[in-house]
Amino acid sequence: MLSAILVMAAIGLVLGGILGWASVSYRVEEDPLVEKIDAVLPQTQCGQCGYPGCKPYAEAIAKGEAEINKCPPGGLEGIKRMAELLGVEPPAAEGMEPKPKSIAVIDENTCIGCTLCIQSCPVDAIIGAAKQMHTIIADQCTGCELCLPPCPVDCIAMVVVKEDVTTWKWRYPVHMMKRAA
Amino acid sequence: MGDRLHTFNGGIHPEGHKAESSATPIRDMALLPRYVVPLRQHIGTPARPLVQAGDKVLRGQPIGAAEGYVSTAVHAPTSGTVIAVEPRAVPHPSGLFDLAVAIESDGEDRAVDFTPLDWRNLDPSALRNRIRDLGLAGLGGAVFPSYIKLNPGAQSIHTLIVNGAECEPWITCDDRLMRERAAETLQGVAIMAHALGVKTVLVGIEDNKPEALAAMAAAAPAGVEVVAVPTRYPGGGGKQLTYTLTGVETPTGGRSTDVGIQVFNVGTAYSLYRAAMLGEPLLSRVVTVTGHVARPGNFETRIGTPLADLLTAAGGANPGAVGEIIGGPMMGFDLMDLAAPVTKAVNCLIVKDPVHFPPRPAPLPCIRCGACARSCPADLQPFEMYWFSRAKDFGKAQSYNLFDCIECGCCAYVCPSHIPLVDFFRFAKSEIWEREQEKRASDQARQRHEFKEFRLEREKQEKAEKFAKAAEKQKEAAAAGPAAAPADPEAEKKKAILQAALERAAKAKEGVTPKNTDHLPPRVEREIAEIDARREQVVGKEGGEG
Repeated sequence: MLSAILVMAAIGLVLGGILGWASVSYRVEEDPLVEKIDAVLPQTQCGQCGYPGCKPYAEAIAKGEAEINKCPPGGLEGIKRMAELLGVEPPAAEGMEPKPKSIAVIDENTCIGCTLCIQSCPVDAIIGAAKQMHTIIADQCTGCELCLPPCPVDCIAMVVVKEDVTTWKWRYPVHMMKRAA
Repeated sequence: MGDRLHTFNGGIHPEGHKAESSATPIRDMALLPRYVVPLRQHIGTPARPLVQAGDKVLRGQPIGAAEGYVSTAVHAPTSGTVIAVEPRAVPHPSGLFDLAVAIESDGEDRAVDFTPLDWRNLDPSALRNRIRDLGLAGLGGAVFPSYIKLNPGAQSIHTLIVNGAECEPWITCDDRLMRERAAETLQGVAIMAHALGVKTVLVGIEDNKPEALAAMAAAAPAGVEVVAVPTRYPGGGGKQLTYTLTGVETPTGGRSTDVGIQVFNVGTAYSLYRAAMLGEPLLSRVVTVTGHVARPGNFETRIGTPLADLLTAAGGANPGAVGEIIGGPMMGFDLMDLAAPVTKAVNCLIVKDPVHFPPRPAPLPCIRCGACARSCPADLQPFEMYWFSRAKDFGKAQSYNLFDCIECGCCAYVCPSHIPLVDFFRFAKSEIWEREQEKRASDQARQRHEFKEFRLEREKQEKAEKFAKAAEKQKEAAAAGPAAAPADPEAEKKKAILQAALERAAKAKEGVTPKNTDHLPPRVEREIAEIDARREQVVGKEGGEG
């Protein structure tokens, strides 16, 4: 009897020690859920959700402070994927059809070189210097529209990205199914 | 090795329809008044335009240079004037326009000087660069830049397979090429073998082309084995031909180079012969025009020839034609615009008639018969991939190895429910590609955003540090008091100069300020004196200046 208790106690101590050691040395630094949610978000960094970027919104979702239907660029598809990730019912989402992908274009004749748009760009996609013409790196622009309001001369416009041979996609095959008699 | 052929699974036996176009020799086309040469004719980055509207060009002059690694050059098909560098119709399933160089021919067809390559003695990498600048790309359909494929690279290539199978129905351009230009084609093969340093060379030709087999076998030098492979679609697929000839399977997601085998099309070998022996860039290729046309056959067609002109050369479409296909009936696509030109990828133009190309019957539900899986040469399960693609469950579709699908169309051909399976696979593939693209873009945006935040934080810190340092210095100076002051003679000097300047300025101001009491008539002066006297009396103090 006594030896049984001692053996069980010893096993308990050893396992407890291993668990304790593991919890210290394999500590997870950051909440992995935040990372996962952040990966689903489109990273436009537009702030339309009310948070200053995608990561803060992801953190808020992870804490349960924010609804998952606050991201217009992600659209319905994004809500669906988020709901799948979090194992919740997708909430109602009106007006969530994402706009066609567009990028900002600076009218270089009108630009006065005030650098306000450069400061507002969340992904540093605008090149320019004070009193020099600015221009947008099309490949890096996320289409967040954050550069539009600060421009004092309204020289930035959003231009819808046109489909070309490289971005063209095969369409979903639409064929009338014959009714089985 | 060719004695024992291997049999891949699946495959089909569609009607060949080769005789329509294979009976007549390759015909040359008359010089046309206008050519349109797209800059994107190969897999990879489109060529960078080297000319602009108004430039004079000669035949064989580069008009687009290779841009980046996976790219190759394009050349002017004749001499003349560039009339535009702008988006034009191209042979693409979308019908979208793409950047192209339009050339108006001057009728003289003058060429630049072509210098043959000393391919035996050239440094391998120099040889490859020359081949890139001569615009060579795979003419079998994938148009992968040839110079990359000629690099033995890290994987040591031990076998070269030359693909003359031409398994798609209707197409006969490789057949005619091998019959008429076997020796030249085999010279190209020799150059390939030299560049790759391979010992084993196999030429695979389907046994429905006895004339081509005979011609190639007769011209083949020692070390090159010409092998007749059984006629079964898609026996000319790179992976299928490799398996048939060697019994080696290409690993999933990989290329035949992963198992030490390189595959080239016979048309590419012929263009390499012209490039090396004559120094001529890829200016033309053999194109089959067949189907519902007056005089079907094969044409030596300059790259950039509008398809409408090619059709005219074949006598035009017969009455009752219902559209055109670019490529074969199994893997080709419907042409949207006959203004589109022949590119390096175009091997065949089929004019459809309602008898051979009836409208596809409406699809019925899948009955799970499994015929598609039995016909699949890539050993996939098309019905599974179809269900998941139709439901847009792309992750699941991918887990059934969607990307090993070669889109040969066997499954759709045998499907008793007439389901357009390949259309679904193409749809799913392009959706997945787009998602991957988006994922990459969003990852990059995240990185850039995080870096910007880091940069702002760093700048803030740097500023704070600077202020702190300055404040400390000031404090130190104050603590040290006057004793420390003379320690900085420079500052003292500056102060003195400043003081002197201030004094000068004050003096000058006094001196210059005009007084409104100067130069007045005596009457006014007297008045002023009176007023001053009165003010003195009232205030009891000294009067003002004026």
